[in-house]
Amino acid sequence: MAVATKARSQSTKKPAKLKPKKISGAEIIYRSLEREGVKYVFGHPGAILLTLLDLFLERSKIKHLLIRHEQCAAHMAEGYARASGEVGVCLTTSGPGATNLITGITDAYMDSIPIVCLTGQVATTMVGNDAFQEADIVGMTRTVTKHSYLVKSTDDLAETIQEAFYIARTGRPGPVLVDLPKDVLLGDGHYQIPEKVDLRGYKPTTKGHPKQIQRVAEAIKESKQPLLYVGGGAIHAEAHKEILKLAETAEIPVTYTLLGAGAFPSAHELSLGMLGMHGTAYANYATMECDLLIAVGARFDDRVTGKVSEFATRAKIIHIDIDPTAIGKNKAADIPVVGDARLVLAEVNKLVKPQKRALWKKRIQNLRAEYPLTFDSPEGAPIKPQEAIVALSEEVGDKAIITTEVGQHQMWAAQFYNFTFPRQFISSGGLGTMGFGFPAAIGVALARPDKLAIDIAGDGSFQMVMQEVATAVQYGIPVKVFLLNNATLGMVRQWQDLFMDRRFSEVDFDSSPDYVKLAEAFGASGRRIVDKEELRPAIQEMITTPGPYILDVIVDPDELVFPMVPAGSATKDMIVRDSRKKVLRGKLSALPDN
Amino acid sequence: MSRNSNNTKDDTHTIAVLVENKFGVLAKVASLFSARGYNIDSLCVGVTQDPSVSRITLVTRGDAKVLEQIRKHLSKLIDTFKVMDMGETDSVEREMILIKISAPKASRSEIFQIIDVFRGRVVDVSTDTITVEVTGDEGKIHAILNLLQPFGIKEIARTGKVALTRGAKTLKGSKN
Repeated sequence: MAVATKARSQSTKKPAKLKPKKISGAEIIYRSLEREGVKYVFGHPGAILLTLLDLFLERSKIKHLLIRHEQCAAHMAEGYARASGEVGVCLTTSGPGATNLITGITDAYMDSIPIVCLTGQVATTMVGNDAFQEADIVGMTRTVTKHSYLVKSTDDLAETIQEAFYIARTGRPGPVLVDLPKDVLLGDGHYQIPEKVDLRGYKPTTKGHPKQIQRVAEAIKESKQPLLYVGGGAIHAEAHKEILKLAETAEIPVTYTLLGAGAFPSAHELSLGMLGMHGTAYANYATMECDLLIAVGARFDDRVTGKVSEFATRAKIIHIDIDPTAIGKNKAADIPVVGDARLVLAEVNKLVKPQKRALWKKRIQNLRAEYPLTFDSPEGAPIKPQEAIVALSEEVGDKAIITTEVGQHQMWAAQFYNFTFPRQFISSGGLGTMGFGFPAAIGVALARPDKLAIDIAGDGSFQMVMQEVATAVQYGIPVKVFLLNNATLGMVRQWQDLFMDRRFSEVDFDSSPDYVKLAEAFGASGRRIVDKEELRPAIQEMITTPGPYILDVIVDPDELVFPMVPAGSATKDMIVRDSRKKVLRGKLSALPDN
Repeated sequence: MSRNSNNTKDDTHTIAVLVENKFGVLAKVASLFSARGYNIDSLCVGVTQDPSVSRITLVTRGDAKVLEQIRKHLSKLIDTFKVMDMGETDSVEREMILIKISAPKASRSEIFQIIDVFRGRVVDVSTDTITVEVTGDEGKIHAILNLLQPFGIKEIARTGKVALTRGAKTLKGSKN
């Protein structure tokens, strides 16, 4: 990063006023990306980008991947960013190229993922004329980007891109869009950037207020039944070590959100797994009984709280978040702490003394024993999706980074996969974007070649993005699709099952592709399995076969995700399975006494 | 002249925001309100003594929780660097209105008297109309409109509210 600037200032050695030679807009962009350490650009070309695309022909520092649909370019950039913590980059042309990005941009915005989207635009002289392939992408994405730019002069390019990366990766991360008019790309300008980005309107608070940190430590000390509630922000902040230390030192059980999975080892004795609509019963009951809830990088989303007025009513609320707007938005905080989760918890850990909470731990053990996370898999029945995930977890474990699509399979993956490290579970949380997981897995595979990128997919979601198998094959990216195929849109079907008298309308796929042939048609490999006995050998085959692979696992379409807190209901109205695998509706009264 | 009268009664707040004087910033502020379902009752934008800075004065409504979110979200925008609820400090607030009144000869003198009482200024006269300029707080504007109503108001244009803190205190400084 610093090398480029240094080299430039040495080579000029002239009074600061004399500017270096002008270079083309495309050249400025390439240099800027290089300077930001970009290794991959996920893109789809268009006429406006010609001069920039030309640079990818002979240079090798940045690899451009030709994707098949722009939405997937954004998801790949997201997958790359989520797996590496670095900024993901996509590049598309104007008009439809740009509008196709919007779903991915929104997904990144909802989950606070740092990506920079470069979009071509018609020439500044044509902007506003309804020119061919013109779309006001800055206007369209205003409420789903952290920030956006329409660059109006080639001289502004370098500084704008520098700012875009800075804004995307700092504070609460998020997507930044830079719209690049044709004449700005074609024109010549100066590559000029300040040494340090300094924006008077953007100074994220990273260090927590010492007084608030003191209050947090005191609250933990006074609490008898504390609970850590860890969200995606903990992963962005890389706060997992601090969370583990706090949990173990003060004996605080930990529950995590969908996006927080991986921030705390799933199998740790203090782990309660995921909470919320499809969280574990014991995590949800713990939120009802805790007297102190420590939210770390989480936002009290409605899928977590259910009826928010009845959420964690006995608890004092500590809310640690880098984004002040997240605090007090859905649930009032007794002790708000604005700051970076890792830095704040490191300070908290300095003040927290070892504590034992035998009673509270016992209580949670009882809840776990009475309402375990379980499923029923009778002899001779079709493969249960849960057992497929358990098998995958046991066979692959920490060798894999898991992405998911959206739906039942996503919840089962979060429930049953044993996560051991942060960024191991990558999923579309806030927006719930079907079709996210497969392109994201391509980004993951590039970001983490040391791991296996596996998309736990549903067939509904996968059908939205399966053209990207071509991308994976073209670049030899070894992504694996673990397809839980129930030939239906399982989650909507589940709601129809539970709330619409089993009237299954517009969810079943009466026609589905043959996924093995599909894989072969793209030049990838695949296999279909229907028997439980085939599960583990097929998983082994999937991970040992080089290149992209689709494992089509035919699963029981009638299986439902439990526990379930019906939307808008209080946690106590959760539908659970008891230890005898019987489904109980809203049976909190049957809980063992404290 | 109102001192702090703006925030007491009906959840109405006057918020001053210092922003980068750049293309698209107003749109960002406006879409923040529309995307989150907040109201803007009036909006006034102008460049400040520093040409790189614009000042947006907006009037909005909401309970304490909504107001807190509005302030935080405004602060969160990259292009804003100071947000202040003018009701939290002693401030002067003004808005200007141009009123075109139907004014046949018979009623003219009466209209002139009203304008005089409100220290308004006649800025245009035609055979049938008078256009008057009045500056003041909301109460004053409301009052003169009420008094002129019977004569027949043909058209009005209002600027929206602007506000400054009293005394030496200014809005400069770090983002809150």
